[in-house]
Amino acid sequence: MEPERRTLRDRIAPLIRWESGLAIALVGVLILGNSISSQFFSSYNIFTLCTNIGDLALLALPMTLIIITGEIDLSVASVLAVSAETLGALWTHHWPMALIFVVCLVIGATAGLINGLLITRVGLPSLAVTIGTLTLYRGLANVILGASTVSNFPAPFNTLGVNGFLGIPWLSWSVAIFLVCAVITGVMLRMTPFGRSLYAIGLSQEAAFHAGIRVKRTKLLLFVASGVVAAAVGMLYAFELSSAGENIGIGFELQVVTIVLLGGVSIFGGKGTILGVALAAFVYAGLRSALLLTPSFNENDFEVVSGGLLILSVLIPNTASFVQRARMLMRRGHVRDRRKVLALADAEVLDRD
Amino acid sequence: MSTATAPTPTIAPASPRRLVDFVLRARTFGILGVLALFVLITTAIQPRFLHADNIRFILATTALYALVSVGETFVVITRNVDLSVGSVVGLSAYVSANMFQAHHGIPIPVVFLVGLGVGLACGVVTGVITAVGRVPSLVVTLAMLYIIRGVDTIIVGSGQVVANALPNSFINIFHATVLGIPDIAIAVAIVVAIAAYYLRSFRSGRELYAMGSDPDAARLGGIPIGRRIFGAFVLSGALAGLGGVLWATQYNTIDATAATGLELQVIAAVVVGGVAIFGGSGSVVGAALGALLLQTISSALNVLGVPSLWTMAISGFLLLVAITLDRGIQLWLAAALRRRRVHLGA
Repeated sequence: MEPERRTLRDRIAPLIRWESGLAIALVGVLILGNSISSQFFSSYNIFTLCTNIGDLALLALPMTLIIITGEIDLSVASVLAVSAETLGALWTHHWPMALIFVVCLVIGATAGLINGLLITRVGLPSLAVTIGTLTLYRGLANVILGASTVSNFPAPFNTLGVNGFLGIPWLSWSVAIFLVCAVITGVMLRMTPFGRSLYAIGLSQEAAFHAGIRVKRTKLLLFVASGVVAAAVGMLYAFELSSAGENIGIGFELQVVTIVLLGGVSIFGGKGTILGVALAAFVYAGLRSALLLTPSFNENDFEVVSGGLLILSVLIPNTASFVQRARMLMRRGHVRDRRKVLALADAEVLDRD
Repeated sequence: MSTATAPTPTIAPASPRRLVDFVLRARTFGILGVLALFVLITTAIQPRFLHADNIRFILATTALYALVSVGETFVVITRNVDLSVGSVVGLSAYVSANMFQAHHGIPIPVVFLVGLGVGLACGVVTGVITAVGRVPSLVVTLAMLYIIRGVDTIIVGSGQVVANALPNSFINIFHATVLGIPDIAIAVAIVVAIAAYYLRSFRSGRELYAMGSDPDAARLGGIPIGRRIFGAFVLSGALAGLGGVLWATQYNTIDATAATGLELQVIAAVVVGGVAIFGGSGSVVGAALGALLLQTISSALNVLGVPSLWTMAISGFLLLVAITLDRGIQLWLAAALRRRRVHLGA
């Protein structure tokens, strides 16, 4: 295309991204929150919002990488529970805290390794494997502590859910850790050959393999990383609650997947950014907090909202690409009949030619 | 490929098609084998396990899971998944059982129709979004899992249906038997038989398999993909709706958390029953047997005095074993067929 034909449209085009939409949504949510209640920007409310979202956002980081490669890990919340309950059980047996940390992280790595080996070496679909290990690990977690709850964690840890990060009253530890990790992961994903190889795997495993990317090893590594992060978050979460007990973190996997997909990551792999996921996490948390400040709204009603968000997050890009294909066909002028255009735009198979 | 240089003697001159049929049938009977093994071992340790009451209880509890598994099988065969069934069962259980509280003396068939209606409505919504919006069913049904559960919580509020509010004739549905076999187990067996016949012998049934095997080829082959996917989700919703009424007859006390996580058990049953999670293969009979196996194991653990805490871990473990075995069978079958083709010179 000749440079003089660059229209305003072409210049704006790169700005029309999922992430910009999320940024606008975030601003919108903050304005909404402030208009609902002046309490929204109080440091107490922001702190609560942060503690709620930090753990989920941390779990969303490895999940993003895994979904970009075209797989999924539904077992994260169960690994989190195994780690939290192991922490509780070992603490009641008076193990030193440093040793418990190591044990929990090793357990997380092992759990991830089992997922990864079944998926990459045995060649099983990750959806089926991690639904299986979701049940298996949750079952094991239930056995560790039974119906009892441990809550007598020692001094520096039991205040993690009450005190802000480095004395900043509105910033929770989980969000501070998340922000650091997100920057590292984001840079890794965008700038390093390893990061780029994840997109290649997600777009075409076979092409990636023939380009010399060690597909299986990469995926295995991601699942191990996911296990380790889930175990670490399990300990953090138990400290924040200052208790470890039955059903800890149950259903987290669904919220994490919601956040990741809301962040513009494609469930089919090959597409998505850490920035999008981070923005999505805060939109999610902000909306939840804002709605909870309205008197008639309670916790459970948010399930409907978050489900609706999830559907929108896949419907909008799909509809957009459908409209784009239809317009392209119209502009080419091959097909004039409107119904034919719609049918062609609909048939992805034909469109690929 | 010149593997023909090392000729191996053929065991039987069966056609490749017959080999595939044989292996798939063996897969179904394999579940029966495992089932028999479990029953034998458990009975050897604790003879009480084979008591008529216990068998009746296992069959009655299996009915619900088998029913919902049939719908899930239809969806999974088309290379989709329905994660919302647990929420549908929960919503339908509350709404249908609540009819007794709201309208005294309402006839029981009407209550079943209400449950069916709730399920149908949920299935239609899921089906429309998936088929018309062309969006991955994993995401849509994950969202529906939330939404339907949220609607359930809003409807239920802080209330619940308690056993006192239900007429005895309704509660007895779970316990009623014909010749020692629970009525609901017989009813569900009939549903399974009809579904199996449909999938085996009807054109649209075969099209579901074609879609699961190769969606692109199925589309180019002229199969109305959207309509079939819609149909599968509506059926899954409807059966989950009926399952909700069964849930109500079994548990009698229903609050907003009823049937939470049921979708995992249903998917476990379907996968253990030999339905491939990526579609194109499997049967409803297998799925129903998978449900029976899981319920039997859970009951066996109970009878053997294993804490019920272990049930969940064991069902997850079984799921993993089942998919690993299936993968092995699949690889072996592919290799066997390739060898055979070389022999036939095709």
